[in-house]
Amino acid sequence: MRKKKNLSMALAYIALILGSIIMIFPFLWMLLTSFKTNAEALQIPPTFLPSVWNFDSFAKVMDLLPFGNLYLNTALMILLRVVCAVVTCSMAGYAFVKINFKFKNFWFTLVIVQQMIPGQIFIIPQYQMIAKMGMTDTIFSLVFPGLVSAFGTFFLRQAYMGIPDEVAEAAYLDGCNRWQTFTKVLFPLTKPSVAALSVFTAVFAYTDLMWPLVANTNINSTTLSAGLSSLNGQFSTNYPVLMAGSLLAMLPMVVLYLFFQKQFIEGVAMTGGK
Amino acid sequence: MKKKAWGNQDNAWGYMMIAPTIIGLLILNVYPFIQTIFMSFTSAKAFGGYKFVGLKNYASMFSSPEFLRATWNTILFCILTVPVGVMLALVVAILLNAKIKGKVAFRAIFFLPMVVAPAAVAMVWKWMFNAEYGIINTVFHLKVDWITNPNIVIFTVAIVSIWSAIGYDAVLLLSGIQNISKSYYEAASLDGCTKLQQFWYITLPMVSPTLFVVLIMRLMTSLKVYDMIYMMVGEGNPALSKAQSLIYLFYRESFISGNKGYASAIVIWTVLLIGIISAVQFMGQKKWVNYDV
Repeated sequence: MRKKKNLSMALAYIALILGSIIMIFPFLWMLLTSFKTNAEALQIPPTFLPSVWNFDSFAKVMDLLPFGNLYLNTALMILLRVVCAVVTCSMAGYAFVKINFKFKNFWFTLVIVQQMIPGQIFIIPQYQMIAKMGMTDTIFSLVFPGLVSAFGTFFLRQAYMGIPDEVAEAAYLDGCNRWQTFTKVLFPLTKPSVAALSVFTAVFAYTDLMWPLVANTNINSTTLSAGLSSLNGQFSTNYPVLMAGSLLAMLPMVVLYLFFQKQFIEGVAMTGGK
Repeated sequence: MKKKAWGNQDNAWGYMMIAPTIIGLLILNVYPFIQTIFMSFTSAKAFGGYKFVGLKNYASMFSSPEFLRATWNTILFCILTVPVGVMLALVVAILLNAKIKGKVAFRAIFFLPMVVAPAAVAMVWKWMFNAEYGIINTVFHLKVDWITNPNIVIFTVAIVSIWSAIGYDAVLLLSGIQNISKSYYEAASLDGCTKLQQFWYITLPMVSPTLFVVLIMRLMTSLKVYDMIYMMVGEGNPALSKAQSLIYLFYRESFISGNKGYASAIVIWTVLLIGIISAVQFMGQKKWVNYDV
């Protein structure tokens, strides 16, 4: 019996380690290729470690893409989208649970319906609005579809449903008005859900490709994702350059992920199902 | 002014607090939704005016081999990725639920692709799948045109998509498995159940609601697949017509060819397809999802 248990544990470890190798290897290969010369990358049989670690591909890709702008645009887009989502969704989530007002169910149904419709159906008119405003190729256009969030409202509403009415009522009786009850007492209690929504919003904004490709076609005003994708056609033969670019584009998020790994994974587990 | 009692109706505050979200949704979602439906009945191009053309866009859509092929590609992509992907994710979740060391590290590794832009993921896999110099062909002594062979490329994209999503699905399933009370397993092992029986009679039924959510979510995401195909196959690849999905076709028609009316019809069809398939799933769930715990 004991032996059997050890065997199954060993098998579990072997499976997990093999799986981890499959998950890690592409990133390792990206790293190793980015330090090789193009000639070495195309060598058959391939070398594993670069014979000389050279940074030429990084210099080259930084000439090709304005990485400073791309980092800044992406960071601002993420920051503004997170702030907008947290503020608007918290307010609405609070009101939908803790305030009685006319036609509440009608407005909430509107939110639910919007949450279920795939976002691609909105994209042509959203682009036309941005174009009409003359706002293409700006930070505003990157943030635009993320100004509010039906999913976030729905998600934070659940957080407010978890807070007993007595908590809000006590604050209200103590002299807070409905806004102060929200900002001073209830909002701080939803911190875990707000963190989860922030992670979800940030990862979604960072990985989204279609909207920046459509709205911000100028390479200087677009995001890391879209900027990187522009290398695809033109430099499809110089893999060390492509790998260096990919590495630079993924680095900031991966570093954040390594530091806040628990928050990332738990945030996603909480928002899961979207 | 006298303050209203907490539970009383308070329209002013209620509407003030929901106003940003509701106004935003009306502008960003409701109006575009109606506009897209309207456009699908017109000859709208990238610029200039449009004419009302009735069902012409839909008629030409259903007689276009490219569109029918894209619909089939999308469905095929779901068949290739959803069952295998979710099954592998369940295996990973069960392994991560065992009493193993380094659980946090393993979980973090499997989840990693989720925080990497699909553009970067596609880039490195394209390199590894390169027919002449790619590590996969050279190490395994294969001669497969993973990216350019029209009959193979959709499988290649499916492999990469499964690889990307496994950790995410596993994290969701793991949280479902961890909610199962330990007492069931204790009772089962006292009664002499094997691990396999425990999995079949306890874990699987108890995790089935989470499994259903993950399946639906993965299915909806796969029906909307676009970025992986855009990055791995792309314009100019001879295999494109055998791999392009509905949303990719929509993107090309609306933003490259500028046929906004026709593209609107495509995206509406895609949303309908997603709706129909989800509805079927919801009807089918009664047969296997267990909610009475």
